[in-house]
Amino acid sequence: MGKLAKKTILVVDDEPQIRKFLRISLGAHHHTVIEAATGGEAVALASQEAPDLIILDLSLPDLDGHEALSRLRECCRAAIIVLTVRTGEADKIEALDRGADDYVTKPFGIGELMTRIEIALQHRAAAGRAPSHEFRTAGLVVDLDSHRVTRDNHDIPLTPREFETLRLLVCHAGKVLTHQQILREIWGPAHINETQYLRVHIGKLRKKLEPEPARPRFIITEPAVGYRFKPADEA
Amino acid sequence: MAERDDKDRPSPEALLEQVNREHRGRLKIFLGAAPGVGKTYAMLRTAQFRRREGVDIVAGVVETHGRRETEAFLRGLESIPRQKIEYRGLHFEEMDLDAILRRRPKLVLVDELAHTNVPGSRHPKRHQDVTELLDAGIDVYSTLNIQHLESLNDVIARIAGIQVRETVPDSVLQKADEIEVIDLPPQELMQRLSEGKVYIPDQARRAMQNFFSPGNLTALRELALRYAAERVDEQMLSYMRAHAIPGPWPTRERIMVCIGTDAVAFRLVRTGKRASERRQAPWVVVYVETSHHQTLPDEVKDQISAALRLAEQLGAETAVLSGEDVIHEILTAARQRNVSQIIVGKSHRPAWTRLFRSTVTDALLSRGQTFDVLVITSDETPTTPKSMAAAAARRATAVPWKDYLFALEAAGAALGVAFLGDTVFGFSNLVLIFMAAVLITGIRGGLIPSLVVSLISFLAYTYFFKEPRYTLLIYNSQEIFEFAAFLAAAVVTGHYAAGVRRREQATKQSARRTATLYDFSRKIAGAGVLDDVLWAVVHHVASTIQGRALVLMRKEAGMEIVAGYPPEDQLDTVSAAAANWAWNHGKTAGRGSGTLPGAEWLFLPLRTARGPVGVLGVAMQGPDKLLSPEQTRLLDALAGQAAVAIERTNLVSDYEQQRVLAETERLRAALLSSISHDLRTPLVAITGSVTSLLSYWKTFDDNTRRELLQTIVDEAERLNRFVQNLLDMTRLGSGALQPRLDWAEIQDIIGSALERLKKHISKRPLDLDIEPGLPLLHLDFVLITQVMINILDNACKYSPAGSRITISARSAGRRVMVAVTDDGPGIPENERERVFDMFYRVKTTGQQTMGTGLGLAICRGIVEAHGGTVSASSGPLGRGTVITIGLPITDAPPLPAHLDDPPPDEPHPPAEPHPPAEPHPPAEPQPPAAGDGAAAPALEPTR
Repeated sequence: MGKLAKKTILVVDDEPQIRKFLRISLGAHHHTVIEAATGGEAVALASQEAPDLIILDLSLPDLDGHEALSRLRECCRAAIIVLTVRTGEADKIEALDRGADDYVTKPFGIGELMTRIEIALQHRAAAGRAPSHEFRTAGLVVDLDSHRVTRDNHDIPLTPREFETLRLLVCHAGKVLTHQQILREIWGPAHINETQYLRVHIGKLRKKLEPEPARPRFIITEPAVGYRFKPADEA
Repeated sequence: MAERDDKDRPSPEALLEQVNREHRGRLKIFLGAAPGVGKTYAMLRTAQFRRREGVDIVAGVVETHGRRETEAFLRGLESIPRQKIEYRGLHFEEMDLDAILRRRPKLVLVDELAHTNVPGSRHPKRHQDVTELLDAGIDVYSTLNIQHLESLNDVIARIAGIQVRETVPDSVLQKADEIEVIDLPPQELMQRLSEGKVYIPDQARRAMQNFFSPGNLTALRELALRYAAERVDEQMLSYMRAHAIPGPWPTRERIMVCIGTDAVAFRLVRTGKRASERRQAPWVVVYVETSHHQTLPDEVKDQISAALRLAEQLGAETAVLSGEDVIHEILTAARQRNVSQIIVGKSHRPAWTRLFRSTVTDALLSRGQTFDVLVITSDETPTTPKSMAAAAARRATAVPWKDYLFALEAAGAALGVAFLGDTVFGFSNLVLIFMAAVLITGIRGGLIPSLVVSLISFLAYTYFFKEPRYTLLIYNSQEIFEFAAFLAAAVVTGHYAAGVRRREQATKQSARRTATLYDFSRKIAGAGVLDDVLWAVVHHVASTIQGRALVLMRKEAGMEIVAGYPPEDQLDTVSAAAANWAWNHGKTAGRGSGTLPGAEWLFLPLRTARGPVGVLGVAMQGPDKLLSPEQTRLLDALAGQAAVAIERTNLVSDYEQQRVLAETERLRAALLSSISHDLRTPLVAITGSVTSLLSYWKTFDDNTRRELLQTIVDEAERLNRFVQNLLDMTRLGSGALQPRLDWAEIQDIIGSALERLKKHISKRPLDLDIEPGLPLLHLDFVLITQVMINILDNACKYSPAGSRITISARSAGRRVMVAVTDDGPGIPENERERVFDMFYRVKTTGQQTMGTGLGLAICRGIVEAHGGTVSASSGPLGRGTVITIGLPITDAPPLPAHLDDPPPDEPHPPAEPHPPAEPHPPAEPQPPAAGDGAAAPALEPTR
């Protein structure tokens, strides 16, 4: 993932110190930063400036964070990354359901945030293009056409459902997918609460894919939220 | 003070009366209880004293009735000759009033104040003559017997059965300036009577002899004494008024009322009340409980306690004395209390029993000579309430049937043996056989059965064995003697046996009481918590009094019922008020007591030396039932024990509260010290690094800058962890941390924890030993991950850098045990449990303590919230520390048969709501992929 072109990023946070730190760091990456301190301001700016990406703190003085998220989602197509606290698993899931692309847990390092921003921008950019035929990372090759999966040139036999799961994950590589999103895609809307299917299923998939299933390097668990496929070059 | 209060100013009437008195002659009356007590004698003797003082005395009229010692006192006294009056042809001698008035002595003696003058005299009554003398300024000495007082006329008639015609109005006596009571104990008077020292007119001799009975004399004596006492008080009052001395002037009088088992008790109590009011004297009502008391019917016991309660209500002090010698007890108590008057009831015992034993009244009169004894009679029959008599009768017939049966058997057996002895062996002294039967029956069955046997025996003996046989005729005095012997034996043994029985019953009763108390104390000693004690108390008390019982304690809103047997939640207003009163005053209140006696319940305060702890309420079964003194005493003892027991549990719970408070205090202190240390340390490091960078940016080389910046990042992370721990702990402590259970693989959890800790743990050699095929666990993924992170973090902190850390997971029964082993110095055995306490840190020598003392406490909180366990032990070779958590295995979740079925472009059966126990129908059967079955057997769907 090379350097991306200069983008416009809207930072929504009521804490001036955090806005300042983000403005400096993102500016260092040559992005244009616009700032909003309230939800209302953010919605106005988003429809006016049409930013490429929005960093949204879920605790805002005027609006409920999720409410603000829904309004932003209505008025622009920007990728949205929400900032939450660690114990707010339910918040994260709800934000992702309402259309957030990803989340970052406070406190966070700038490296983690930049990775999420880049992945979110990449997926936005790729949304219009035709799907790729192959996915490669760290010796793992997933041939999306022939349904063939190899690691270090060894064939990995997968059941059709396992392959579909893997395909879903690699197509959103770097992005978190909630349990419900995966269950809906693989088992259908009637089964979105059957997390035990998913646990067992992912376990089996890891045994086949991961060199060390107890310490997975590809399929990462996001506690209580979902899973994330981690490309090898991610820090 | 110039002005005196109106009340204290001498009243005009009082002054006038005194002035009148000063001009009038003074009247002194020698008051006697009966003829012959020595009034005239006393009057003459006093007159002689006065004469020697030089007072001008004449004898107006003195009746010596020829008694020589009386006549001797007349010597030297001038006598005014009596005038002779003729009436209907007879000559009478009367006092010569005019002669006395002419003579004008200072003092005149006028015997027999109640005398009626012969018609033709100036006044029909002698007391009118006296009044005239007094008006003339002449002092008068006179004599009077109490029965002649007008107001007592009817009382005397009732007591003595004699209508006294010669009466004196009370006003005459009231005007007397001085009354001297001439007192003689009845016995002495009787003696004087028998010695002929008392003059009795011939025509009245028969009547008067009836009059001179001890009872009459006692009553009359009491009346005289009482009258005199009242006069004394009146005089005192009048003196006080005249001299404006504020009252009440203390009289050292005290009244004791002795009640017995008969119904006159109530009357006695009321009389005592009146007497105490009249004399403003304190009074006490006593009952002497002998061993005989135990054998009394309940109705009688109730009556006694009711009388005692009545006395309390009327303001008396009450006392129940115990002892066998009633008189001795009464007199001892009377002396102790400085009693001046004793009021007793007239005995209703049949006259013949007095032959054997004197009545209480008589004994009191003879032995209590220093006391005034007032005897009250009752018009009522001896045992008044009919129901009581009936009950007593029932008891009498119901109980001793066995004894009578035994009596008949004994008589029959004696008869049989006598026949044998007579016909076979030819005994001559057959009467002894019957005597044996009488004695045995007496010992066994008491008085009446033995009398029955003696009668039967005598008749049988006379009829069958006494010559001439088969006849009941008695020929000689020997047989009368034999019969008397039978009777005597029966009476003596029966009486003795009854006494033994009574004492035995008393002992039994006392033993029962002791047993009850012992049982009670054992019961409540075994009760550890307040509720148990309270229940034991009410249950025991209720069964002891055969009624209801409850305990009230002081709560925020007032007195509240805390226990009841049978359970009770509401008190009527009166009872509630009584309970409050009992609590506030520490005294018994409610039913039958001195306060709110109309309440349904009786309340006894539960008090210890430290103060009141509650109130014990009791209610008897029947509407009219009251507690007997016995029950009252038992209840008092029970209440005392209950109070102590309640206080004991209160102390225990106080202590427990103190302990909890101390523990809370310790935690608060630890929290404060932890926050000040653990929050500040990272801040110090961050502030120091940042200020160094700001000040010396240019002088630092790149490496130094990087090092300082890394410090800032590490310390910030540490601060974040600490805040997180504090938050978790707070939520655990407040119960806000509810695990959100979901299915998870333990391996996934371990992986997540390692991922989060990769910065620290990646420098360590790590052994992962996870048993294949572990079941899914039902737990909160985030929280258990936090547990693993805390444990692993601790393992890194407390072991040398670069040493090995081992994580193992295996199933053991219904749990999955996850163990984290480090290679550090380990935890001393005695501290292994404490490491899970909040803010506890193992003291290590020469090593930096980095933890907050919260990590493992949080682990325990979370794991226990999942129904799991956590423990610390030493490593496999006695080195290092092993922290093991045990997580419960819930029944495996249902897995769909089509878990590995083709992807969902095919229709799925609708499964909402989803029955979890039922596998989904397979859309398309498909063999499981290779390796699946071996890898996770526990997860395979059951078919």
